Amino acid sequence: MKIVEGVFFIFLFYFLGECISYLVDGFLPGSIIGMVLLFLSLHLKIINSSKVKATAQIITGNMMIFFIPAAVGLMTNFAFLRENWIPLLVACVFSTILVLVVVAVIQEKMEGGWRK
Amino acid sequence: MKSLFLLPEFMVVLILGSYLLGVWVFKKTRIPFLHPLVVSVALIIGFLSFFELEYDDFMRGGKFLSFLLGPSVVALGYLLYEHLLHVKGNILSISTAIFVGSVVSILSVVTIAKLIGADETLLISLAPKSVTIPIAINISEHTGGIPSLTVVSVVICGILGGIVGPYILRLIGIESKIAKGLAMGAASHAIGTARAIEMGAVEGAISGLAIGLMGICTAVIIPLLLQIIQ
Repeated sequence: MKIVEGVFFIFLFYFLGECISYLVDGFLPGSIIGMVLLFLSLHLKIINSSKVKATAQIITGNMMIFFIPAAVGLMTNFAFLRENWIPLLVACVFSTILVLVVVAVIQEKMEGGWRK
Repeated sequence: MKSLFLLPEFMVVLILGSYLLGVWVFKKTRIPFLHPLVVSVALIIGFLSFFELEYDDFMRGGKFLSFLLGPSVVALGYLLYEHLLHVKGNILSISTAIFVGSVVSILSVVTIAKLIGADETLLISLAPKSVTIPIAINISEHTGGIPSLTVVSVVICGILGGIVGPYILRLIGIESKIAKGLAMGAASHAIGTARAIEMGAVEGAISGLAIGLMGICTAVIIPLLLQIIQ
């Protein structure tokens, strides 16, 4: 019963997210708006976290199953990947290191400033 | 025989079977490149090409599972709620770091790829590369990228950050546990978080928080940047 309740709320917020996405002319995907709405409802205690906890943990713990189909779509893009793998790889490598450094340094510096 | 492979229920069996096998291989070997997603996708593509099945045939069953991608993004809202409970103070520094990190992530990956001569479809597909896969797929689909290429870039960033992240953080002399966790989650999403959990409980929790915040930030910034450019 708890699981069904959780599924109900998650789909409810997904639907509400799609409604808002429609209203803002698709600026953001409905799923992401739904995620923010669910977070806000829990944070502001509009719904009790125990109602979605069990379901959310099962879904997020096994999410990979749901994106394997999209990842398999790679088989239709092999030719594109063969032509573009160098920029893809180089950009990902440098950008990842840059993000790592930037985020860590900002947090470290601002935290240090707070203590003084 | 081949007609049996075209049944949606077979494709669901193939996906779940490959997933379980992928998880098993990763647990046994612990080799970062043999991430369960890499193994399961390789098994499925190998199987489909061996029996000369098309992606559309695969999606007869695959669509039932990929339908649940949206709800799983919504469910991440619960994780964000849970992770935020652990954060006491530091709200301003964390939001600043994630906001700047998100902008740097998008701009740097697009700029570097463009300089090496990537075409526009690739640029759009790469933009959400530092975000957890379900959110990245939704952003990519939404902005006109190729979701499967987005997945490739997200996996590369995840595996790379998971391997070199802790060394780079040590090299530049980061001491704060919050800074370490935040950077691992922001650069390398769930794979970075798995590594951050090994570093410590604070690092792990903050890294989980970074995944959610990075997802929301990136989802908002990419369409904004696209509007400015056009």
